[in-house]
Amino acid sequence: MEFLTIIQLLDSTVRLATPLLLACLAGLYSERAGIFDIGLEGKMLMAAFFSAAAAAVTGNVWLGLLAGIGSSLLLAGLHGVASITFRGNQLISGVAINFLAAGLTVLIAQDWFQQGGRTPSLFGGGRFAGWEWPFAIGPQDAAETGTSVSRLMAEANPLQQVYSELISGHSVLVYIAFLAVPATWWVLFRTRFGLRLRAVGENPAAVDTAGVSVTGLRYGAVMICGLLCGIAGAYLATALQAGFVKDMTAGRGFIALAALIFAKWRPWHAMGACLLFGLLQAVALRFQNIEMGGITIPVQAMDALPYVLTVVILAGFVGRAVPPRAGGEPYVKER
Amino acid sequence: MDKMPKWADVVLIPLISLALAAILSALVILGIGEDPVAAVKLMVDGALGSTYGWGYTLYYATNFMFTGLAVAVAAHAGLFNIGGEGQAMLGGLGVALICLLIPWPHWSLALVFAALGAGLFGAAWAAIPAYLQARRGSHIVITTIMFNFIAAAVLNYVLVNVLRPEGSMDPATERFPEAVHLPSLHELLAPIGISFSKSAPANVSLLVAMGACLFVWLLIWRTPLGYEIRSLGKSEPGARYAGISPVRTIMIAMLISGALAGMMAVNNVMGEAERLVLNATEGAGFIGIAVALMGRNHPFGVFLAAILFGFLYQGGAELALWTTIPRELIVVIQALVILFTGALDNMVRMPLEKIFLAVRKGQR
Repeated sequence: MEFLTIIQLLDSTVRLATPLLLACLAGLYSERAGIFDIGLEGKMLMAAFFSAAAAAVTGNVWLGLLAGIGSSLLLAGLHGVASITFRGNQLISGVAINFLAAGLTVLIAQDWFQQGGRTPSLFGGGRFAGWEWPFAIGPQDAAETGTSVSRLMAEANPLQQVYSELISGHSVLVYIAFLAVPATWWVLFRTRFGLRLRAVGENPAAVDTAGVSVTGLRYGAVMICGLLCGIAGAYLATALQAGFVKDMTAGRGFIALAALIFAKWRPWHAMGACLLFGLLQAVALRFQNIEMGGITIPVQAMDALPYVLTVVILAGFVGRAVPPRAGGEPYVKER
Repeated sequence: MDKMPKWADVVLIPLISLALAAILSALVILGIGEDPVAAVKLMVDGALGSTYGWGYTLYYATNFMFTGLAVAVAAHAGLFNIGGEGQAMLGGLGVALICLLIPWPHWSLALVFAALGAGLFGAAWAAIPAYLQARRGSHIVITTIMFNFIAAAVLNYVLVNVLRPEGSMDPATERFPEAVHLPSLHELLAPIGISFSKSAPANVSLLVAMGACLFVWLLIWRTPLGYEIRSLGKSEPGARYAGISPVRTIMIAMLISGALAGMMAVNNVMGEAERLVLNATEGAGFIGIAVALMGRNHPFGVFLAAILFGFLYQGGAELALWTTIPRELIVVIQALVILFTGALDNMVRMPLEKIFLAVRKGQR
């Protein structure tokens, strides 16, 4: 394989890993606080639709981002009300949220745009454009020299290829997602809020005894989860693709959940897991069947690999994945 | 503390939850600028107004009975089987193999073995998550979700690369032979003088599904095994103390659950499409969750809830046909039912308990 091909593969890995990473970190906050969330998919989908719809109507992608985050926060609030205030089953609530998003997005899209459950295609200010870094090869250089970007890229030296293709040229949300990793690590492990958030996922009674509100902390975590899922959904519809289509999250919320288990609920490992799963998606997209030593690996095997790996991890065959101890349990104050 | 009377728990709470879901659904219909009353009328007419409508309603209901029972049996053991979709997909594979590989002389014999094959494949797909939960403590919800995706990949591979007939572009098996054609309700009812629509897909599997309801009722409430399953679901330490093996009980409950989900394929693959296509399950595995929740995990409740969801499905299809309301309205209604009967159960229960308590105090 050529060097540039590998770099391009890694480039699409980063693009595909970004929504996974945002959703994975979202789940990380929620589950570290003891609230299981299998509704990541639904929140992403809702945000994808509302960001695309708002961006299509206003022509401003930032308003789209806000609308996406807002809709995701609403669903997160619903999850909070069901699982914290009314002590309902968190898993069932997550399932309901996934269905609610899958149905409502198409219903509203059809009512607003009459395009069979999709939004109009976004262009110009309605999309997040790539950030061209200084000295990187971009469309401007192509216009000046009168050749195509891919041609210039192929002729550049390897260092410039890595810089221009892999590091530069992503949308701002990609950089936010990767900056969210150290930020999450810092919040969870270096701040008082993070300590309490982790404690409430392990032993809420102890946190309660210390006079800190379990309810408040858990709502906080669920809302951070909604915020991050909102950015993830907006990235899908306004940066990775140009507009919303029905079921566009395509199981990414569940891959993010898988990555979270893979990472054993730790931020840096989450990034590693999301990059790995992003690479699998990128490879499956680029090569249909892979020849390896005379054996053909079908594309379906690549699609299923993240899920298989997660089951293997869950089974404890490669180190044990121990979830936060109070995860899934509603907290009932003792009298 | 006083408890509510049983009828309130079993009948009143689900009805109130259902009413809340219905009100919100009506608001959604209003929100997209349609008339909810007219919509309901159209749904009732389309789903129950003719034997054609009934044929579709009962066909969908048959699917939901199997998947609803699957979720209910697992729930009695305290397990949330969210993998009905994958188990039903594999069940379809079992039915297809049995119908295609063996030359059956008569449909009745084929039905028995296809049901066994579907159950076996479904149970096998549930066995791995069950084993991992029982032996290694892996969370069954997560593993069954993962197994849904793996099942989709497996089925995709098998249909594209193995079972697809030569020269066909469609990722599907060839048509099953004429001999394994299951009689439809039209063919069943015609000899006794009832005319039923010819083109509706409801078939003899409906009777199998009703038999499965009866079987699950007997199993859960009339056998020692059912007692063990229920005790495990109520309290694992208690069950262990009573000498019930959690590992064995989890395995058995999940195998039965997977087999029931898999047997859905008898209806949709063998009874309707008469070949295995991609995405044959059409989400029925997930609807089973709503059906089981609404039916309070009781086979009779599951039976009623399945018919209700069959009505919603067929009515929703009619809506999509005659109005601009897309089919996804059913998904929204389904979500609201799951939300109110499952996750927000306490929102209805808590105030109701207070009312009952107050009334009782007043009587004394």
